[in-house]
Amino acid sequence: MSDPVSFGPDLAEVFGPSQSDGGPDLVQLLTPEGERVHHPEFDHDFSAEELRGLYRDMVLTRRIDVEATALQRHGELGIWAQLLGQEAAQIGAGRALRPQDYVFPTYREHGVAYCRGVDPLRLLGLFRGVDQGGWDPNENNFGLYTIVIGAQTLHATGYAMGMQRDGVVGTGDPERDSAVIAHFGDGASSQGDVNEAFIFAASYNAPVVFFCQNNQWAISEPIERQTRIPLYQRALGFGFPGIRVDGNDVLATYAVTKAALQRAREGNGPSFVEAYTYRMGAHTTTDDPTRYRLNDELEHWKLKDPIERLKVYLRRNGLVDEEFFAQLDAEAKELGHHLREGCKALPDPKPLDQFGYVFTEMTEELAAQRDGFAAYLESFELGHSEGAHA
Amino acid sequence: MSNTQKITLAKGLNMGLRKAMEDDDKVLLMGEDVGKLGGVFRITDGLQKDFGEDRVIDSPLAESGIVGTAVGMALRGYRPVVEIQFDGFVYPAYDQIVCQVAKYTYRSQGKVKMPIVIRIPFGGGIGAVEHHSESPEAQFAHTPGLKVVACSNPVDGYWMIQQAIAHDDPVIFLEPKRQYHADKAELDESATPEPLFTSRVVRPGDDVTVLAYGPTVKTALKCAEAAATDGRQLEVIDLRTLSPLDMAPVYESVRRTGRCVITHEAHVNLGMGAEVAARITEECFYSLEAPVLRVGAFDMPYPPSRIEEEYLPDLDRVLDAVDRTFAY
Repeated sequence: MSDPVSFGPDLAEVFGPSQSDGGPDLVQLLTPEGERVHHPEFDHDFSAEELRGLYRDMVLTRRIDVEATALQRHGELGIWAQLLGQEAAQIGAGRALRPQDYVFPTYREHGVAYCRGVDPLRLLGLFRGVDQGGWDPNENNFGLYTIVIGAQTLHATGYAMGMQRDGVVGTGDPERDSAVIAHFGDGASSQGDVNEAFIFAASYNAPVVFFCQNNQWAISEPIERQTRIPLYQRALGFGFPGIRVDGNDVLATYAVTKAALQRAREGNGPSFVEAYTYRMGAHTTTDDPTRYRLNDELEHWKLKDPIERLKVYLRRNGLVDEEFFAQLDAEAKELGHHLREGCKALPDPKPLDQFGYVFTEMTEELAAQRDGFAAYLESFELGHSEGAHA
Repeated sequence: MSNTQKITLAKGLNMGLRKAMEDDDKVLLMGEDVGKLGGVFRITDGLQKDFGEDRVIDSPLAESGIVGTAVGMALRGYRPVVEIQFDGFVYPAYDQIVCQVAKYTYRSQGKVKMPIVIRIPFGGGIGAVEHHSESPEAQFAHTPGLKVVACSNPVDGYWMIQQAIAHDDPVIFLEPKRQYHADKAELDESATPEPLFTSRVVRPGDDVTVLAYGPTVKTALKCAEAAATDGRQLEVIDLRTLSPLDMAPVYESVRRTGRCVITHEAHVNLGMGAEVAARITEECFYSLEAPVLRVGAFDMPYPPSRIEEEYLPDLDRVLDAVDRTFAY
């Protein structure tokens, strides 16, 4: 046996030792203990009002998640994709957006949807089985939930290419300059579409921020199954910068995403933000994480809870009083009530309406099928009459 | 003064694309080599020079990326026309086409439109290597949310591509690549075209109805000429639209002839012919003198090109089927 041929650098030397805690490049502004730290590049002078706002957003987002999970347990939803533990990543990213920016979500971006002003009740339709989303993406510049993993990153890139052609990038006008954010997860980073999106975005210098919530698990598969190097370091290979931010730190996520979006709006092209976080719950309500991960890991991440650390900071610095928490609690309860009652009141879809959604104008073929189905339904003496209104 | 000129299919498509881009500045072209080169078949020749790199976009070599970014552009209000270089290369984009392009309007309950045209040169007969001669139309016609059309001649190429681009739903636009630079036809740009989603009787006859689309229309017309010398009048219908199908002229014809043969280059198993035959059986059952016969590819991958002419439906195979309809 001859000695192995030297073939490029040793990966461990390039990327450093194990990065189970995020590694040395992790951008953080608020430690898990609630201590405010500063970063030379990514910092932001948060006002007390901003801090309270971010806290409120995270609490309400968690409430949406908790209520929806409960609604699934009560049989009101078929399934729910939980975001527990990812509130900071989503609120930080969501609040960094300007109205003219555009979001392409996965199916878990409930916190971002909330930031965009989408009524959380609107999100439940998909999971209850009354529609496939059904909202108008252009109403809040918030795309439809996309279930095929990573497919939306290409839509985001194409949309950003459209923005370039509309002359809303790099004009210097803050009301006009726009960017797109593409959400996806660690599992999606293995998808061809995501890698193609990186290439298209780099090639055309498209104003898109690839925002990856690395929550460590793609259902049962750990991050190690998706990548041998820290995800954010992949970006360089595609020709744009990648930053790893503490995704459980809403302040850092906000600051980093804001900078990335601004960079895109100014015409400096795409970037990659890896929000290093943890999926505290199951992949969805049908998943059972006890089959593939250890409780120790969960307990470890509980100590990094995104909401708790900001609460500690707010309290310690006298930025909140009991009245604030009482009000927020009341608001959360009201939101919960809205979701519970609203969910149960969501009307079932009408069988005949579905024919009209396929194309912008119903084809004669579909009209004939609809009419045949209507006649069939009407042939029964009882029931189904609600389907025949069209 | 009528403004007519003799053009090839390639020229017709090129002129149609140019016209569509002149008419609507939201129309963008994207694909591999469509810019400076003008496409491997030169269908987009000269367009980048005249409309610029922002509107005629050379894309990275990734079909899913081409179609996926087109979805985003459509959401932004553009009307992307993407070129898939060859039929066999559409499959990397299959997921985006089937799961996104076809479903976005439905997902939004009609609030979002997807005015995307996906141009695919299809069919064989050019002596190519594997993946360059396929006929994937049934896969798209089988997908709700997509419209699928196939042009067969230069004049249709000119009009149909413009109509497809102006249409608000996604259109899979199939171009018989073997015909690109073959026969010329007289184009009158001042004429009024027929609607896009219609089939058309291209040769009247009372004995047998022969259905074709794309590259087999020419074959069917040759059959009709040959049959006429034997005293048999074939009625040839160019289906033009594969989804939705325009069956009314077909039913009218078959009720008259009682016999029908459909020919396409795609596999007969679960191909367009199977669907058309089923519909004819439902609508014209008591008029039929014989079962609807299909002439298409055998259920094997496209063969090496040295034997492709044996494999493709040709004059003799179609006429053989015509004969067989008289044997019942």
